Amino acid sequence: MRKFFRRNTAGYVFLTPWLVGFFFLALGPILVSLYLSFTRYDMVSAPVWDGLGNYRYMFEYDRRFWKALEVTFTFVAFSVPLRLAAALGVAMLLDKGLRTIGVYRAIFYLPSLLGASIAIALLWREMFGLNGVINQVLAMVGITGKGWITDPDTSIYTIVVLAMWQFGSPMLIFLAGLRGIPRDLYEAAEIDGTSRFRQFRRITLPMLAPVIFFNLVLQTIEAFKTFTSAFIISNGTGAPADSLLFYTVYLFNEAFKFFRMGYASALAWVLLLIIAAFTALAFATSKYWVHYENERD
Amino acid sequence: MAGLTLRNVEKSYGALTVIKELNLDIHDGEFLVLVGPSGCGKSTLLRMIAGLEEISDGTIAIDGKVVNDLPASKRDLSMVFQSYALYPHMSVRKNLAFGLQNLSMPKAEIARRVDEAARILQIEPLMERKPRQLSGGQKQRVAIGRAIVREPGLFLFDEPLSNLDAELRVQMRVELAALYERLKTTMIYVTHDQVEAMTLASRIVVLRGGKIEQVGTPEELYTRPANLFVAGFIGSPRINMLKATVSGGQAKMADFAAFALPDLGTRDSELTICVRPEAIQLGGGEVQAEGKIRLVEYLGAERLVHIDLASGQRLLFHAQGADSHRAGESVTLGFDRADMHFFDSSEQRVEPALAEVA
Repeated sequence: MRKFFRRNTAGYVFLTPWLVGFFFLALGPILVSLYLSFTRYDMVSAPVWDGLGNYRYMFEYDRRFWKALEVTFTFVAFSVPLRLAAALGVAMLLDKGLRTIGVYRAIFYLPSLLGASIAIALLWREMFGLNGVINQVLAMVGITGKGWITDPDTSIYTIVVLAMWQFGSPMLIFLAGLRGIPRDLYEAAEIDGTSRFRQFRRITLPMLAPVIFFNLVLQTIEAFKTFTSAFIISNGTGAPADSLLFYTVYLFNEAFKFFRMGYASALAWVLLLIIAAFTALAFATSKYWVHYENERD
Repeated sequence: MAGLTLRNVEKSYGALTVIKELNLDIHDGEFLVLVGPSGCGKSTLLRMIAGLEEISDGTIAIDGKVVNDLPASKRDLSMVFQSYALYPHMSVRKNLAFGLQNLSMPKAEIARRVDEAARILQIEPLMERKPRQLSGGQKQRVAIGRAIVREPGLFLFDEPLSNLDAELRVQMRVELAALYERLKTTMIYVTHDQVEAMTLASRIVVLRGGKIEQVGTPEELYTRPANLFVAGFIGSPRINMLKATVSGGQAKMADFAAFALPDLGTRDSELTICVRPEAIQLGGGEVQAEGKIRLVEYLGAERLVHIDLASGQRLLFHAQGADSHRAGESVTLGFDRADMHFFDSSEQRVEPALAEVA
């Protein structure tokens, strides 16, 4: 033990600012929320122990919980593949060597910085509104649009599109991954007459698998946590007809609108378990499709 | 099998020209080695032949058919890369079969060719392994295997042995020579190692600065280098170079007695005279000088004797067999006029009419 510290002291010193933040600002609240999830707590009177009451209510009686799960799973299922596909597509275009590549990278990254902002969410609401830009463009080609956001059948897809547009950070990671694939492999394939599509499928995708895996896990976690855009676009309610009732929006309302802190904490822990389960699933399947070049057997 | 014709081939990147008006005929079935110092354009030239690099001017024809605009895959050639370029996520077997699967070839035929290549290259026990589980030499074999399964008319090798350690390089060199004897397919081989060039080539092309310095058999290059660069580049240990002045039918090198030199076909009074280290004779030779042995390098069957001359010139003597010379010893050394190579002030070979001298 002493040897361990002697060898790693410098490392821990450098980690100190983060560790202080983690222990005092994150770990405390995390543990408290675990405790609160077993209580009833309205932030005014002291928490009252309720055992598994919150969880039982959630799974047995709370229809909005199930609705929130449905909305969130739908969003994850559509937005993650679409965002990754957009990210990979743009990364491949950039990898082909646009001259002013630094500028393009910045331009393509911009939506990721803006996309999570309230301003863009507001803008989005206007764009997809009944008299928004989208419908005006559709009108030009003779299609009568509708209120994309006010229609419960389409509202969630406006947010999927918004999420897809924020492909910047996975795109940069893909770009770095693409740069790491030796040119020789493509040249060898070219001499062998391998089609572009087959090169993509048999060389690019497998060579990129570790990066795809990394992005998949990260973006899935991100998607489960999506909050701002849904909150703003639905005016904080999850409307219309709970079609934008993202899990986090529901959780937020329970906590800060109805002050059911105990229940909200329970919701948060369930979300954590869901995310953990998906991440574990990704890792468990990775050995079948992720190839690491330096892996030892 | 394929022959190759390059006519006025040029390659430039913007203002930088890396290959200049290059003309070359490569015969069907020959083992042609492109050799030269780094940056001489040899790899670029190979990549242009392969179709991986566009040519800026001129024509490249394979079997008489101009291939300038033909994609690499339609040129009926295979290439072995310096890095091996094996697909790391595929087994050896899949690496070998990958190129064939593009050709809508029956599975049985693919399997036959893959097994045949594996047998020739003795990699049968490795077929299910991934490249990371192979040694450098094994990877090299797989890379060569991937080239031969396609049974192309032309093989291109881009410094295939330079990532191997010295011992393995010698071994693979022998195997490559054996492979060529077996296939007798046209091979174009790029290397910076003149020993590889000498041992493998039917003909060698020496390149410098994007230009061909000389084309010839290894023996021609060794015995009749066309210019000073080739004289210095081909041959190990390196050729001795001595400055000489010519006047009135006499040539004079520092430290050596003047000797008669008839018309060289050049008006230059400044020459460079080159003598191979093995042509030096201790205690003999038509043209002699006094020197002192600085160092003897013992190589077993032979030794390299470094000799200082009075003027500060240094000579290398390649001694065969037993020899008792020691460092510090004073010696008389010399060489015959027939063993001298003459180069004028523009570094081109000039031929004296030696018969008249004798």
